Amino acid sequence: MYSDMVTARHYEERLQEEYLEGKQPKFDISAGPIPGELHLAAGHEPAAVGVCQHLEDEDTVTAPHRPHHIAIAKGVDLKRMTAEIFGRETGLSKGKGGHMHLFDPEVNFACSGIIAQGAPPAVGAALAAKKRNSDAVAVSYLGEGAINQGGFLESLNLAAVQNLPVVFVIEDNDWAISMPKGRVTDVSDGSQRASGFEMPGERIDHNDPVAVYEAAERAVGRARAGNGPSLIEVQVHRRMGHFMGDAQGYRPDEEMEKLDELDPIPRMEERLRAAGLDDERIESLRDAATERVEEAIDWAKDQPQPDPEDAYEDVFTNPPEGPAAAETGGDD
Amino acid sequence: MAKAREPEQTDRELTMSRAMVEAIATEMRDDEEVFVMGEDVADYGGIFDSTEGLLEGFGHERIMDVPISETSFIGAGVGAAQQGMRPIVELMFSDFFGVCMDQIYNQMAKNTYMSGGGVSVPMVLMTAVGGDYNDAAQHSQTLYGTFAHLPGMKVVVPSTAHDAKGLMHSAVRDDDPVVYMFHKRLMGIGWMPAPDGPKTGVPEGDYTIPFGEADVKREGSDVTVVTLGLHVHRALDAAESLADEGLDAEVVDLRTLVPLDIETVLESVQKTGRLVVVDEDYRSFGVTGEIIASVAESDLDALDAVERVAMPDVPIPYARPLEKEVQPDATDIEEAVRSVNE
Ligand SMILES: Cc1ncc(C[n+]2csc(CCOP(=O)(O)OP(=O)(O)O)c2C)c(N)n1
Repeated sequence: MYSDMVTARHYEERLQEEYLEGKQPKFDISAGPIPGELHLAAGHEPAAVGVCQHLEDEDTVTAPHRPHHIAIAKGVDLKRMTAEIFGRETGLSKGKGGHMHLFDPEVNFACSGIIAQGAPPAVGAALAAKKRNSDAVAVSYLGEGAINQGGFLESLNLAAVQNLPVVFVIEDNDWAISMPKGRVTDVSDGSQRASGFEMPGERIDHNDPVAVYEAAERAVGRARAGNGPSLIEVQVHRRMGHFMGDAQGYRPDEEMEKLDELDPIPRMEERLRAAGLDDERIESLRDAATERVEEAIDWAKDQPQPDPEDAYEDVFTNPPEGPAAAETGGDD
Repeated sequence: MAKAREPEQTDRELTMSRAMVEAIATEMRDDEEVFVMGEDVADYGGIFDSTEGLLEGFGHERIMDVPISETSFIGAGVGAAQQGMRPIVELMFSDFFGVCMDQIYNQMAKNTYMSGGGVSVPMVLMTAVGGDYNDAAQHSQTLYGTFAHLPGMKVVVPSTAHDAKGLMHSAVRDDDPVVYMFHKRLMGIGWMPAPDGPKTGVPEGDYTIPFGEADVKREGSDVTVVTLGLHVHRALDAAESLADEGLDAEVVDLRTLVPLDIETVLESVQKTGRLVVVDEDYRSFGVTGEIIASVAESDLDALDAVERVAMPDVPIPYARPLEKEVQPDATDIEEAVRSVNE
């Protein structure tokens, strides 16, 4: 778990650096090596690693717009994921998807940038597992802002009524862009929503990866045993702006000042030391994570840009006969 | 020689977002029943600055941040409008209407008709459109055609600050639902630099621009280029380059899709004989086909040559070379104009 946490953290720090290249001092979204928006997840790591430890490649994960830590914990190919984020030809989606839309079918990982819309497909993956009598499970990740969305609540109900092997994981970082949780819901503990669907719900406070691990063990175990869905809400902390370039003028200073104290990574290190790991060992785990990240970034930056003509490919798996999209396009 | 029609004279230049906000603020001051509701519209001021500064003047009661529950808050806009209030509801990106489409196209757009005119829905649904910043397929669509295709909503697409203000005044005062689609690249947001064109002189006082009046943004005699939104500026750039080659293009800015001013387009085509329609929305079943069909129906003889420039029928890709390939630019427009002149 610690290795994945530090890999994710180092990865986010390096992406931030790369993203800001050419965007300083004046932020222009079109400048620099990484296209588009970038949502970083530093401070969310426990929710990713604690759950994904229990998953195999066959198990499905759907992630939201802030996906890198979850992708790393699920075992998504780091090099090809990085190439995708840089918009390169050898990226996971050949440069068509980008950072909010990472798809790695090898490990059954998918994303959507539309809020809560990963929940229904996770229910569908669980339905397929049940119909085929496999013991695969599906996990759907969402933010606490997303759980006021119809698609999420409908998914809880369908998963419950069909007794499907799905685990819903809420990453509660208290903010949905500029909206604190207290202003969008009167239910402070999101896991309580499970009770309306008669499924187990647990909340993990203090961003504790071990407690997440234990709760996920119960929830995933229950799903695999055919006992239906559950809901886990994990308190996490958003260490950065909603997206890169968000100045966070809406966020109180006192909260920003506490972020370092609440950082799950040093706290995990303390725990490892208490369990008998020496500093040298911790250091070596960190070094290995750094090396892996640097290798992925170096590799990705060396990859070719996609050929513009590739824009017309992949609309269909089985393209219809007749004039191709390219011939009806704007650039003919 | 062609001459651009100047916007109403004033020295005071505003970005498009400032102009929109000015109109909203005026309407809110004049009418207690006008309020704004949407995600991140209050403390953040709108992700694309569409409500920037309104919170200070009006407070959270009238500039309402709401949960990420579009079905609910857009539907609530419909309900409040049916009670006679005048909500301005923001859907952050037009791409997100998939999650709340029923409230838009079955409730907001059809209740007037289904009630036999008994109910009216004086609501503005404001939403951001457009790509050109590499945000990929779920955050870059323009979808003019989708909203204009479904009956019961007026559809407004400003291209300059001057038009944005006048069209916003008209939208808020209109007794019907108006979908007000602003292009992110035109807003003048710090992190997404706009081209020069949209920042125009804007009169201080309030004024309305009637729906259904296209604006000839550049007069010309050889080819009619019909477009809207961001692509008005690309068409004007193309027209400048073409002028150096001796080709004189007229640029017609539709400004509203519903109602559609086909008269102005027709007059222009009757003068030039050649028509190029430019749209950032998908090519098939959309604005380009509609304009050409309407002109052909009205006066087939006026048409010597036609060409359309639009987003090909592919989801909008993320990587820069891919997005650049599919997004129509000034060069694509120039080529199309040359081709109808051959
Ligand atoms: C249907 C839909 N509505 C709005 C948005 C815009 N949006 C993107 S992220 C976000 C906030 C999400 O907050 P939360 O679910 O708490 O996740 P976090 O960003 O805090 O990780 C919003 C409003 C969207 N992408 N999709």
